[in-house]
Amino acid sequence: MDKYWHSVVLDNDYCNGCTNCLSRCPTQAIRVIDGKAKIMKERCIDCGECLKICHFHAKGTLSDNLEKIKNYKYKVALPCISMYGQFSAEYDIEDVFQAIYKLGFDLVYDTAYAADILTKYQNELLREPTIEKPVISTYCPAITRLIQIRYPSLIDNITRLESPMEIAARQIKKRLMTENGFAFEDIGIFYIAQCPAKITSIIQPLGLEKSYIDGGISLESIYPRLIKLIEKGERSHPEVQKASGNGVGWGMVGGQSFGLDTEKYLAVDGIEEVIRVLDKMELGKLPEIDFFEGYACVTGCSGGVLNVENPFMAKARIRMKSSNLKDYNPDDIESNLTREDLEWDVEMEARTILKLDKDFKVALEKMSRLEEIAQKLPGIDCGACGAPTCRALAEDIVMNRAQFSDCLLLGRYNRRRRKRDDNEN
Amino acid sequence: MILARDNNDVAMMKDFEVTTDDFSSAGIASSKIKKILRQIGIDSGVIRRIAIATYEAEINVAIHSYGGKIEVYIKSDRVEIFVEDTGPGIADLDLAMQKGYSTASKEIRELGFGAGMGLPNMEKCSDDFHIESEVEKYTAIKMTFNL
Repeated sequence: MDKYWHSVVLDNDYCNGCTNCLSRCPTQAIRVIDGKAKIMKERCIDCGECLKICHFHAKGTLSDNLEKIKNYKYKVALPCISMYGQFSAEYDIEDVFQAIYKLGFDLVYDTAYAADILTKYQNELLREPTIEKPVISTYCPAITRLIQIRYPSLIDNITRLESPMEIAARQIKKRLMTENGFAFEDIGIFYIAQCPAKITSIIQPLGLEKSYIDGGISLESIYPRLIKLIEKGERSHPEVQKASGNGVGWGMVGGQSFGLDTEKYLAVDGIEEVIRVLDKMELGKLPEIDFFEGYACVTGCSGGVLNVENPFMAKARIRMKSSNLKDYNPDDIESNLTREDLEWDVEMEARTILKLDKDFKVALEKMSRLEEIAQKLPGIDCGACGAPTCRALAEDIVMNRAQFSDCLLLGRYNRRRRKRDDNEN
Repeated sequence: MILARDNNDVAMMKDFEVTTDDFSSAGIASSKIKKILRQIGIDSGVIRRIAIATYEAEINVAIHSYGGKIEVYIKSDRVEIFVEDTGPGIADLDLAMQKGYSTASKEIRELGFGAGMGLPNMEKCSDDFHIESEVEKYTAIKMTFNL
């Protein structure tokens, strides 16, 4: 497999080579080459910003087909927590879960309950005197990857606890093996995903050797079938809904923090805003904050691109469903997992892909050339050359990925500058 | 230029103007420097210390001076940062270096600045710290960070 596998992909047939996605990408991972946008795999964090902005629907996501569940004896569905916001109020969430059973699953598990388990441990963790604060949540994998690339000095602040989907999968596999005698490979656990970043996390997990989840199915791909299968009040399968209002709240921004024993939290949605806050955090300017949850998508997971419902509507529904459910009580949480089961098993590393060269001296030389070239470029970041900014083009030239002549404006710009200088003199 | 520069072995130099009372652009120099250092591949802990110290310097110049300049010299074994401004200067340097001491106005404190941590923070973050000042004339700082 590739060193960097991504769920976010590009469809060449639809791309018309416009520059909309270029400037939107938070890691400057996109270049338009020969009239088609290309993603630099080592830089992509699967945030899905390019998918949201593309007017030509040229960007898509790789996910598993529902057919894949047939490869397993025992088929388990793990619907994402934002599923709580995807259907109108006439259906309750149990109706939705019952419809998911009918897609061919033997078990549907409430991922929001795994969030309840996590909240309990997160509270324990925050009480530890030695913990580095603010503790950063790993729930949004796009933000975790952003930190690996742009904020490596904050890696020590990232919580060691896994995300709800991983916790749920571990809990289920452990139970099915000990109580029902299934072999590990008989059980197929499928996450019904709200975003490509989660699907990438199944194939290439962060902080884990291997995910306990066997596949990621896009929510949007099964939604039309769910609409046909859903029936009000139907209970032909065992009931699924188990989470407290707090666990359900994880489907939207602020939900993670709500169940914590501290008010000193910061919940931020939208990748540009998250970047602003992480900049401040890196400067040590958030001294009063103990816990930080950041989301690439506006409204949190209810804003994920693989959802169907409008993000704000979905968020409102999650909020309403959450407030109708019982309060979170840590003493009620049943879990067959130990603290070790909930934590990563491999160290999270910095992704130093922004480096110009491995050798410090060479990197320095390249940097001075980059500065020199950047001075000569127009500096208006038009994107016509295929790079998101003039500085990015300068970098590409230094790295032999582009040429000076790729700048379409240079001649015109120099003429205009000469004219301006003449006038000033 | 107030403090002496050693131009030997300079791989790169960048300078930034800092204008007085301009909080919205304070932070630009530190974030640009951060980006450059990351691309050169400097250790992220060192980058963080440099970014914090430069940010504090920018804020100080914006709050207290009539305007100034930040110069960054990148050398093969160290980064040197010069912060020089014209302005009221500092009458008692020992007092100014104490944590929590600040002459910032009430308005500036309400904005969350002027907590009296700027200079101590810069000293803490850098491997070598030098400050000099003349009242009613200037303040000049040299910070060295070993790579």
